[in-house]
Amino acid sequence: MSILEIRNVTRRFGDLLALDDVTLTIEAGEFFTLLGPSGCGKTTLLRLIAGFDEPDAGRIFLDGVDLAATPPEKRPVHTVFQSYALFPHMTVRDNVAFPLNMAKRPLDEIHERVKQALEQVHLSDKSGHYPHELSGGQKQRVALARGLVNKPRLLLLDEPLGALDAKLREQMEGDLIALQRDVGVTFVFVTHSQQEALALSHRIAVMNEGKVEQVDEPDKLYSFPRNRFVADFIGNINMLAARVAETHHGHLVLQATDLGAVAAPLVKGVKAGDTGVLALRPEQVHISSHAQTPELKNHFHGIVRGLLYLGDVTVYKVELDNGMEMEALLANSAPGRAKFFEVDDDVTVAWRHDAGLFFHD
Amino acid sequence: MKFVHYALEALAGRLVKWLVSLPPTLFLLVFFVAPSLIVVLASFRYPGEFGGLASLLPLFGADSGLTLETYRFFFSDFVYFEIFLKSFGVAALTTLICIVMAYPLAWLIARSPKKRRDLLVLLVILPFASNFLIRVYAWIIILGPFNLLYTSFAVIVGMVYVHLPFMVLPLYTNLEKHDPALLEAAQDLGANAWTRFWKITFPLSLPGIFSGSVLVFIPVLGMFAIPELLGGTGDILIGNLIKEQFLDNRDWPLGAMLSIMLTVAVLALAGLSAWAGRGKGRMA
Repeated sequence: MSILEIRNVTRRFGDLLALDDVTLTIEAGEFFTLLGPSGCGKTTLLRLIAGFDEPDAGRIFLDGVDLAATPPEKRPVHTVFQSYALFPHMTVRDNVAFPLNMAKRPLDEIHERVKQALEQVHLSDKSGHYPHELSGGQKQRVALARGLVNKPRLLLLDEPLGALDAKLREQMEGDLIALQRDVGVTFVFVTHSQQEALALSHRIAVMNEGKVEQVDEPDKLYSFPRNRFVADFIGNINMLAARVAETHHGHLVLQATDLGAVAAPLVKGVKAGDTGVLALRPEQVHISSHAQTPELKNHFHGIVRGLLYLGDVTVYKVELDNGMEMEALLANSAPGRAKFFEVDDDVTVAWRHDAGLFFHD
Repeated sequence: MKFVHYALEALAGRLVKWLVSLPPTLFLLVFFVAPSLIVVLASFRYPGEFGGLASLLPLFGADSGLTLETYRFFFSDFVYFEIFLKSFGVAALTTLICIVMAYPLAWLIARSPKKRRDLLVLLVILPFASNFLIRVYAWIIILGPFNLLYTSFAVIVGMVYVHLPFMVLPLYTNLEKHDPALLEAAQDLGANAWTRFWKITFPLSLPGIFSGSVLVFIPVLGMFAIPELLGGTGDILIGNLIKEQFLDNRDWPLGAMLSIMLTVAVLALAGLSAWAGRGKGRMA
């Protein structure tokens, strides 16, 4: 059942079109993420849902009711702000009790629910502390407890992990998933980090320049991006400029610039003569020493120009004979070896004929 | 060798600290501590025949030249206590009116676009560009036709007028620093405009209200020009009383004693408010 419906919403700031006819449906109980580069309109959309801003056109429905006439303080929607926005003159306990006090709940109920909420985020021992006495991660958890304590229909999270260091962020990601599952509140999460989005979400809306480019589950988004922007924004990807030479039943034959024929999976609506790019994930690209003859159909000679050793994997930057640089990812899993190739090694890069996606211009 | 090096470095560091703090320390010793001690001493001496103080030296032996007479005088006459009380009342009322008048103004300046704020602050302090006495005389001209001159009302008007900027500036400085996200968060969590003000803005502005109050309350306590120019015969405050002892009555010991009593009263009040506000430091 859909809980939030955004219908043809447009928002302009002067000449800037921050949201361009956005339509989205969010399901009850979902962990939904708005993902995009800064300035794509994701935060604007969040502020429209919270009620801090109004759309120039379009409507927003919560549980089937148009929100236009409801001020932010009356919406059953709470927000976890990027800066946390904890009240500095109130203790942790008073911060978390705030929404319950505003809702005029009876005192013993407030007491009980604040206690519960603090237990949920493992902060029971900090209830008498002031925000300035807490670490970044603890503040974050207070903000979460405060947002969830009055059981909103929707919890909006505006880049809540942005201010945390990498290790803590990873831990908070795990906590967030568990928390969302436990409380069952629908989360609308805003981030510019595709890793965060992929790790946390049930579904992701990728936004760019005020438009929604694609809404999908993380694995579908990664494996089947609908267009070049999504392919490029989610994860790393190689873009091989090519022209369609032939279309067969099962696959395309591409002519890559200064390289030769490349087999690729068929794309609907593409015909011979179309130009575009073949998008290939680095983990789809195999790399082997020159002497070996790979059994894969697409294989090309290249020279290792650089490598990025990441511990678990190494990313090799291979220059092909046409001057194009291609990234290939190799797991460092062979026993007794740190990495496989060095800079200036002659190698062969290869990929399956059904790997990659062709996007025509 | 290393130890010697560290010891020398520590010594040099301490020396620099001393050199930096020496000029202000000397200044305060010469122009604050010494005069204060002179005032304290003066309060225990006899007035001179034609003003000033009676000499100490010739009376050595039979009489030290020191006396508690002025203090006995102060505590035996209720009139002084009354004037003290009235002065504190006027100071408190002035401070209160300043808070009520300055708050909306400071809030509006803090909420206005950044470009315009400096101009508005400049307008608040612009009256300082003209002489204080001229501005008070202006009130004589304003209040005269309404038959309000030489009343307690006129004194309060003058006091509020002169001290208002001292309340606006610290309040503005405080309000300007408030994170707007806090108000959004409060609204998001269900607080209406009225609640947002009383639960968030007001408690966070208390340090600003406090500094403004100190800057208004204490100068008002010692002010003598405004009651003299705008007030009636009954509007004598401590400031007038002290001034009279030095310039009109020529009773320096009495004037010195009254100054000391005023200082003691202000310090006691400051101590009391610090004690009452203990532990609230984390608000800021």
